Amino acid sequence: MTVMTAPDKRDNAPILSVRDLKVHFPIPGKGLFAKDRPLKAVDGVNFDLFPGETLGVVGESGCGKSTLGRAILQLIAPSGGQVAWLGKNIVGIPHRDMQPLRRDFQIIFQDPLACLNPRMTIGEIIAEPLVTHKPELGKDEIKTRVKRMMARVGLLPQMINRYPHEFSGGQCQRIGIARAMILEPKLIVCDEPVSALDVSIQAQIVNLLQELQREFDLSLIFISHDLSIVRHICHRIMVLYLGNVMELADRDSIYAAPRHPYTKALISAVPIPDPEIERNKERIVLTGDLPSPLSPPSGCVFRTRCPFAQEKCATDVPKIDRVSETQEVACHFHDNI
Amino acid sequence: MMNKSEKTALLQSAGATKEIEGRSLWRDARIRLFRNKAAVGSMIILGIITLLAIIAPLLSPYAYDQIDWGYIQEGPNWENGHIFGTDGNGRDLFVRVLYGARVSLAVGLLATAVSLIIGVTYGAIAGYFGGKIDSIMMRFVDVLYSLPFMFFVIMLMVVFGRNIFLIFVALGAVEWLTMARIVRGQTLSLRRREFIEAAHATGVSNFKIIFRHVIPNVLGPVIVYMTLTIPQVILTESFLSFLGLGVQEPLTSWGVLISEGAKVIEASTWMLIYPAVFLALTLFCFNFIGDGLRDALDPKDR
Repeated sequence: MTVMTAPDKRDNAPILSVRDLKVHFPIPGKGLFAKDRPLKAVDGVNFDLFPGETLGVVGESGCGKSTLGRAILQLIAPSGGQVAWLGKNIVGIPHRDMQPLRRDFQIIFQDPLACLNPRMTIGEIIAEPLVTHKPELGKDEIKTRVKRMMARVGLLPQMINRYPHEFSGGQCQRIGIARAMILEPKLIVCDEPVSALDVSIQAQIVNLLQELQREFDLSLIFISHDLSIVRHICHRIMVLYLGNVMELADRDSIYAAPRHPYTKALISAVPIPDPEIERNKERIVLTGDLPSPLSPPSGCVFRTRCPFAQEKCATDVPKIDRVSETQEVACHFHDNI
Repeated sequence: MMNKSEKTALLQSAGATKEIEGRSLWRDARIRLFRNKAAVGSMIILGIITLLAIIAPLLSPYAYDQIDWGYIQEGPNWENGHIFGTDGNGRDLFVRVLYGARVSLAVGLLATAVSLIIGVTYGAIAGYFGGKIDSIMMRFVDVLYSLPFMFFVIMLMVVFGRNIFLIFVALGAVEWLTMARIVRGQTLSLRRREFIEAAHATGVSNFKIIFRHVIPNVLGPVIVYMTLTIPQVILTESFLSFLGLGVQEPLTSWGVLISEGAKVIEASTWMLIYPAVFLALTLFCFNFIGDGLRDALDPKDR
């Protein structure tokens, strides 16, 4: 598989624009009259997504990756900000207006088996979006389309009457992809679609996603913590830490020249399959754990673990700085480190 | 990875090849259930009792309310056709036990069906929507729970008069509460499952999610509870009849017959034994089937 080059689509209008998106969960305070405290799972995220593009979202566990994906799809109601789909805001619009839009964006889940209803045949599972959005299609037409899509994602169409528990993890993920693709959506949020699969299957699924992307001019939001896979599939990469964007850049820029200390640490942690280089490479090891999103550090949220933290980091929240055409960083000292 | 020509071949074969039948979880459960000897035996016995109850009028020359003046409160006797004997009014006990079976089984099944329909829908809605709706709906259930059942039934009887239909309603109205709680609990744990989220993301309506995704997946524990509710309802009906609140003469149920038999236990034991054996047998069977279903539907739970 060749590594894809980023499509040059900046001239086009973005398919999706996210502005200052916030998801705060109220956590009941301790004591009878204590106020609820907000848990800031996603706190002011901005980005644009262009047609046919893959945006990688990386970060460690609990940094708000999945919440961000679900908030974009309005599966979790955002507490603030805007998500504009083809220029129109979809945050807080009535349920009735939201339903018809759902045919254009889909989601693929991490656990391939858990995302399939165990009581339905895979034919019924894959057909569900069709039945929901195109009830005018006849039974035979739906079945034909389901079989075509099954063949497209690499499943044997005669398996249509089987049940999810009769398939392996990789096959279940293909079923999940077929369900997501059957309406030919414009955007798919992939929530760690390969992290539950073993490596050989991971490659198949990732390649399948890339093929489908090319075929249908699909935009993908690819949530993952596996930086090698993100590098393989994504055109741009967004690094999240504690619900905040640390760095957003082109794949090539971010791997060649990461500007944020957190990104540097993440990338230096990726093993290189060459013992010589691996032994001699500079490794930035972060100490400590992710702080609680209930009481994030003041100023820059990363300062508690940042090897370069200075006084300014505790007082001022770093603004997103555009350091080049393709790279944005939220760090006060990105020039010096 | 497949190459292009393989893929087209696959596509073409899509219509031609025969579809492989899947083996659903229900079928797996059925196979496991039929391996359970106690459950299968119980199903056979229950089937026989039900069949007897249905064809009761064909089995005996006597009608259930017909008084045989020659044999009043006589013991079992094959020669005159009163194979279970007669009761204090000279009515054939065999026919009466089978007519009692009709009433008891009908009450059991209908009241359970009522509780099933109300309980499952109510519980699934409460559990699925959660939050305030859940709180309000479940507090209502708690309030109903705290009503004394006997008081409730006696009130119904006083207001509407004694009526067999009322017993169905009264029993169903009480039994659905537990059903609703069970279903709600199951739904709460299902609600956050990914396949429900996937349905959401697709834009499936809440109503359809409840009926297509939630209810089929809570049906396992529901079926088990249902088979355990049927004997409970039969027993409650017997208890009500025993107290004189149940079905009205000359119609009868096992509870009424046992109550009558208990009064004359020293003089004519058969009047107690026969209905009691039928009742006990039925209860045993339902409980065995319930156990078998639980093992069959939840093999990990054993």
